[in-house]
Amino acid sequence: MARIESEIGTPQGGFMKWIDDRFPFTETMKYHVTEYYASKNFNFWYVFGVLSMFVLVMQLVSGIFLTMNYKPDATEAFASVEYIMRDVEWGWLIRYMHSTGASFFFIVVYMHMFRAMLYGSYRKPRELVWIIGMLIFLALMAEAFAGYLLPWGQMSYWGAQVIISLFGAIPFVGDALVELIRGDYSISDITLNRFFALHVIVIPLALIALVFVHIVALHEVGSSNPDGIEIKKKKGPDGIPLDGVAFHPYHTAKDLVAIIIFLMIFSAVMFFAPDLGGYFLEHANFEPANMQVTPEHIAPVWYFTPFYAILRAVPNKLWGTILFATAVLLPMFLPWLDRSRVSSIRYRGWIYKMALTLFVISFFTLGWLGVQPAEPVYVFWARIFAVVYFAFFLLMPYYTTIDKTKPVPDRVVYHG
Amino acid sequence: MGEFMKSLTCLAILMIGANAFAAGGEIELEKAGNDPDNTASLQRGARNFMSYCAGCHSAKYVRYNSIGRDLELSEDQLIDNLMFNAERSSETIQASMPLEAAKSWFGQPPPDMSLIARAKGTDYIYNFLRGFYLDPDSPTGVDNLYLAGTSMPDVLWELQGYQRAVYVEGEAGSEGAASHVFDRFETVSTGSMSTEEFDEFVRDTVNFLEYISEPIRRTRRVLGVWVLLFLSFFLFVSWKLYKDIWKDVPK
Repeated sequence: MARIESEIGTPQGGFMKWIDDRFPFTETMKYHVTEYYASKNFNFWYVFGVLSMFVLVMQLVSGIFLTMNYKPDATEAFASVEYIMRDVEWGWLIRYMHSTGASFFFIVVYMHMFRAMLYGSYRKPRELVWIIGMLIFLALMAEAFAGYLLPWGQMSYWGAQVIISLFGAIPFVGDALVELIRGDYSISDITLNRFFALHVIVIPLALIALVFVHIVALHEVGSSNPDGIEIKKKKGPDGIPLDGVAFHPYHTAKDLVAIIIFLMIFSAVMFFAPDLGGYFLEHANFEPANMQVTPEHIAPVWYFTPFYAILRAVPNKLWGTILFATAVLLPMFLPWLDRSRVSSIRYRGWIYKMALTLFVISFFTLGWLGVQPAEPVYVFWARIFAVVYFAFFLLMPYYTTIDKTKPVPDRVVYHG
Repeated sequence: MGEFMKSLTCLAILMIGANAFAAGGEIELEKAGNDPDNTASLQRGARNFMSYCAGCHSAKYVRYNSIGRDLELSEDQLIDNLMFNAERSSETIQASMPLEAAKSWFGQPPPDMSLIARAKGTDYIYNFLRGFYLDPDSPTGVDNLYLAGTSMPDVLWELQGYQRAVYVEGEAGSEGAASHVFDRFETVSTGSMSTEEFDEFVRDTVNFLEYISEPIRRTRRVLGVWVLLFLSFFLFVSWKLYKDIWKDVPK
C-alpha cells in the first residue's frame, strides 16, 4: 500500500489540487469570477456587456450550424439559404437565430456603449477598456458587413457594391484597394468566397481575442458604477470594497434574469416577426443577386444607417467617406474629449445632459434618414443632424469644462 | 430611473414609433386581407396557382409533398389536383414553359414565385393581379397599373373580364402642367366571375404565395408561444434565485 502511494502521490488535496498544481484554475476563477468585486448598485444599463457576450456565443453556435449547410458559391448561395429554410431539419430556426441575432447584437452593443456615455465608464483608468471595446465595435461592423453578402440577395449584392466602392474615393490607391477587396472587377463569386472566409474565420477569431482582452483590461481596473466613483477606495477590514459584491454568485444571478428577459424579447421577434417589417431582413434580399438590375432603393440594414446618412449628406464622395469614417471613429477619443470633473450623468450639469439628449436624437434621426430615399429634404435634415452628431464630440472639451457639476458622494447611491 | 432617463426612454420609444410609421410604400395599395391560417383558402390558392400561374412561373424551392403536409392534402389529391408536370411528390414546382423559350417570347424569363410574397409583399401582388387594363400600344394588349410596361399578359382575363383605366385631370403641378391622375377602372367586358368572386380568387392565390414564401410560418408561431411560456416560467425561477442570493446585500 505504502509503495503504491509513493508512486501515485498522496490523496490529500484531491483532484482540484492536482489541477491547480499544473494550471492556475482556482486562482483564475477567484480573480475573475468568485472574488471579482463589482458595485452592488448596478442598474438596467449594466446588463448589456453580459448580453453582448451571450449574443456572441449564440452567433458563433448558430453560425457553425449554418456553415454545415450553406454553400459559398455565387450560383448556389441563395438557393442554399432557402434549402436551410425549407429542407434542413430546424434549419429555419438556426437561420432566424443568426439573422435576428445580428440585429440584436447591435442593439445590445449600442446600449452597452451608451451606458459608458451615461456614466463615464470610458474615463481614467478605463481608457483602454473603452478603446478595445471600440475595436470590438469596428470588428463587429466588418463581421456584419461581410456576413450580409453571404445570402447573395439583391441587397447583399448592391449594398456591398455601394460600401466597397467607397474605398475607391481614396486618392491614388483607391481603385487598386477596391479591386483587392473584391478580388475581381466587380462583386463576384470570388468576392463571395473571400467574404465567407472573413466572416467565418478571420473576424470571429479577432472578435473572440478582442473580447478576451476587453475583459482582462476591465478586471485589471475594475468595473465602474452608476455614480462614477471608485469602489476600491473604500475597503472593509477584509480588503473587500464595501460597495462591491462578488461577480459570482451575485452578479451572475442578476445577469441570468437579464438573459432570460432578453431571450423573451429576442424570441418574440424571432418567432413572430423575423423580418421585423423589413428592418431585420430586408424585402429586396428575398430576390437573388442580379448584377443587371439595380434595386430602386439601396439601404443598408438599420444598424449602419446613422453612418450611412452622414455619408449621403456630403455631396463629395471622398469627403463623404472621410466623414463616415470619422463618425464611426470619433467615440474612440471620448476619454480625452470629456474634461468634466465628474463621470456620471447623475452629477453632471444641464449642459452635458442637453448635449447627450441632442446626440441621442441625432443618432436616431440619422438612422431613420439613412433608410429613406436620397431626396433633398432628407439630405437637408441629414446635414443638420450630422452637424449635431459631430458637435457633440468636437465641442465636448469646451462644454464639459464650463458645465456646473454636483458634488459626488463617497459611497454608491441607490436610485428609485 | 431618474427623470432624465425617463425622458430619454420616452424619446427612444417615440423615435422607434415614427420609424415604423414612416415605413409605408409610395404607391397606395389596397390591403390583400388574406389569412395564411385558413387552410381551405390555401388549398384553393394552390389549385389557382397550378392552373393559372405554374405554366410560366416556377416555384423552384417548393416541394409538392411539403404542400401536401402543410395544406392537409393526401398524395392522391396532390397527384390529381396539383402535380400536372411532376412525377414524384418530392419534386419542386417547375414551370411548364421552357426557360429558353420564355426568354425569347417575353424578353426575360418569368420570375420564380417561391419568395415573391416576401420580396414584394402580399398587398402588391393582390393589386398587381387585379391591375391589368387594356392598352392598345402594348404588345400583349394590356398594361398594368402597378408595374407599367410589364411583359406579363393578362392571364386571368377570362375570369376578370377586361377593364380600362380612367384618368382625371389632377391639380396643376409645380411646373404648371395639369397632371394625369389614375381615377378608377371601368369594365369593358365581364368575365366568368363577379368582381367579388374574382377578388376572392386573387386573395386565395396571394394567400398561397405567402404560404410558399415561408412554409414554416405557422410552425414558428405555434412554437414561439411554447418558448415564451417556458421562458416565463424560467424567469420566475431565476427571479426567485436572484432575490434569494441578494437578500443579505445591504442597500
